[in-house]
Amino acid sequence: MFDALSDRLRDALAKLTGHGRVSEADVDAAMREVRLALLEADVNFRVVKDFVARVRERAVGAEVLDNLNAGQQVIKIVNEELTAMLSVGDRTFRLIGQPAVVALVGLQGSGKTTSAAKLARHLVKQGRRPLLVAADPYRPAAVDQLMALGRSLDIPVHGAPQGTPVPTIAVDGIAQARRTGRDVVIIDTAGRLTIDEALMAEIRALASTVKPCETLLVVDAMVGQEAVTVAEAFRDAVPLTGLIMTKIDGDARGGAALSISAVTGLPVKFLGTGEKTDALEPFHPDRLAGRILGMGDVLTLIERAQETFDERQATQLAEKLRRNSFTLEDFLDQMQQMKKMGPIGQLLDLMPGMGGLAKEAQGAVDRGELKRVEAIIRSMTPAERRDPTILNGSRRRRIAHGSGTTTPDVNRLLKQFGEMQRLMKQLGRGGGRRNLLGLGR
Amino acid sequence: MAWFRRGSADPAGPGAVRRDGTVEGWPTAPPRQGPGEGPEPSLEAGVERSRSGFVARLHGLFGGGVDDATWEAVEETLIAGDVGATLALAVVERARRRQEPGGAEAAVQAELAALLVPRPAHEWTPRRPDPTRPAVVLVVGVNGTGKTTTIAKLAAREQARGQRVLLAAADTFRAAASEQLEAWAARIDVPLVSHQAGADPAAVVFDALDAAVARGTDLVIVDTAGRLHTKHNLMDELAKVRRTIDKRLPGADPEVFFVLDATTGQNGLAQARAFQDASPLTGIVLSKLDSTAKGGIVFAIEQDLGVPVLFVGVGERLGDLLPFEPRAFVAALFGSRGGA
Repeated sequence: MFDALSDRLRDALAKLTGHGRVSEADVDAAMREVRLALLEADVNFRVVKDFVARVRERAVGAEVLDNLNAGQQVIKIVNEELTAMLSVGDRTFRLIGQPAVVALVGLQGSGKTTSAAKLARHLVKQGRRPLLVAADPYRPAAVDQLMALGRSLDIPVHGAPQGTPVPTIAVDGIAQARRTGRDVVIIDTAGRLTIDEALMAEIRALASTVKPCETLLVVDAMVGQEAVTVAEAFRDAVPLTGLIMTKIDGDARGGAALSISAVTGLPVKFLGTGEKTDALEPFHPDRLAGRILGMGDVLTLIERAQETFDERQATQLAEKLRRNSFTLEDFLDQMQQMKKMGPIGQLLDLMPGMGGLAKEAQGAVDRGELKRVEAIIRSMTPAERRDPTILNGSRRRRIAHGSGTTTPDVNRLLKQFGEMQRLMKQLGRGGGRRNLLGLGR
Repeated sequence: MAWFRRGSADPAGPGAVRRDGTVEGWPTAPPRQGPGEGPEPSLEAGVERSRSGFVARLHGLFGGGVDDATWEAVEETLIAGDVGATLALAVVERARRRQEPGGAEAAVQAELAALLVPRPAHEWTPRRPDPTRPAVVLVVGVNGTGKTTTIAKLAAREQARGQRVLLAAADTFRAAASEQLEAWAARIDVPLVSHQAGADPAAVVFDALDAAVARGTDLVIVDTAGRLHTKHNLMDELAKVRRTIDKRLPGADPEVFFVLDATTGQNGLAQARAFQDASPLTGIVLSKLDSTAKGGIVFAIEQDLGVPVLFVGVGERLGDLLPFEPRAFVAALFGSRGGA
């Protein structure tokens, strides 16, 4: 999963030591691993070739920044380049026209129908009045599917009798929108292969007839090397304005996005993050870059817990892990965060290196131990929190008394904390992972 | 229906294997361009190409063995086919050591074939240990892979062989999923058991098995909701569906078909592994192989899980399901599909 790359890169980068300039040998070793990582992430092999060449050029002889070693420097460049490549084009979703027309196209099973409903719901939240148009006359019950979704969202759906040509369905839909005061028309089309001449001609006709202001290619995050060929073929047939990458809530790394953006210049405009109609998110190039590299979608997770999770604290924690200085104070902070967040154990589990912490802390919260732990730690002096090794018998007795607990309670806490510190040390020793955490901001 | 028979009985029919290893009825996409070559060539240009250049080098026609650049090109061809970078490298390294007289391509094809699960020569038929109970096939996979369409094709195929088939619409989550399977069931005239949307899939399966036993059905095919393999609760639900089958029909030894979209990249392996954990797979259906994708991830899957690809889907019509042909599949990676 996400760990595979971290381990690989960690090992490769661990060999890179020292400061000063980055040597060619350093870079070659790291580039071999990066190439593998990107290919494993389904980035198109030609795009990978170009990318590695470009990064190598930047990396060799690059000035190593103060607090990074050569390996980290290389990864920093890789991350920046990936983010830049994913930032191409204009990511803004622009609705022009009365009604504005949006068309969704793509291969079979990519998630067009669900995405159409999601988009419609998203637009309703923005105060728009969308009309969905079911322009897939081939797939059994495709119209039923869009109608069912429309019903669940209280958004009207325009269908047409069997045998109506697709461009006509769209034109009728637009007329319907005008008649009923709908200001956006979202056209769901049939999945089609790019080598199907007749079907490609059909969407060409559709696009030239209704001239959508946005035509989005819906792409499954798990698509492999063919992503580029598919995107190019669709782009040659209709004026694509961007991509929706779907099923990103799985563990597919989503390298197809990089491939398509790199070759066609098309930006990802939205991400589909689940099967429900509210699961549509805006696209952040830096986050997908991290995911493609295998760094885990750290920032998205943090945002998901935004209300109660202090990002600054998370960053500081990452920094502490990097410096191998996790104290009881930090432990207390984390426990408090857990308490506020509730059952987010699973979320933290997904962050590279955080899994163990989450389980420990969550366990403590579940057992109602948090109050007791808090009391114990608060009864310590700052010096004691920073360095628990000074806690002799009399200090422990004082702490137990001051917190209304018993010495065995204090001992147990210190034992737990010791285990966690060992865990942190282990994670810290995993150079790549720790450093990636530090860089993953 | 002559659609599904192959071999000497119907040498020219769909699925028949030609002498050059290509398969009748397999999509005749233009040959893949070699890495680093120009825009997609026409079929004629592709045939021309086979007399020189990349393919010729593959066949060692330039004499003096195969050079490094050619091996690298072969590796890239495999990667382009979604075989996976690590496996592609391993296959090429083994092929190099083989010193195959037929050149690089033959060596690589042999190494790829070696990754596949040995399979019987005869075609798949439903496994049915107890003739008084129906055979059961549970169809699983992530979202959008073509499970429902595959089930329709399978049902049509078995019905053509004289089997009484019953379908279970156990995708109770996706909007209009039952309606979709209902439409197919009506088209091929097989009975279908479904519940209302949001019902417990295990309950649908239970009822379907009840109905099947009562009617003397030969084969029950169960459609399930697409689910991302990373969703633990959904995978648990699948395991529960599997247990329901085992409970209602002990000893039925149901088969579990994993439907994989041929356009899937490296994630296919993670998918297969996760589904294997939830309910051990007995076969794979590689769908949408009529696209330009090669489905190369199945090599890693077969090697890792020991589960064979039994069928390939080559279109959206009922007849577009062909038995998997290892030789043709391996050859197709190099673009010799469809008579180049």
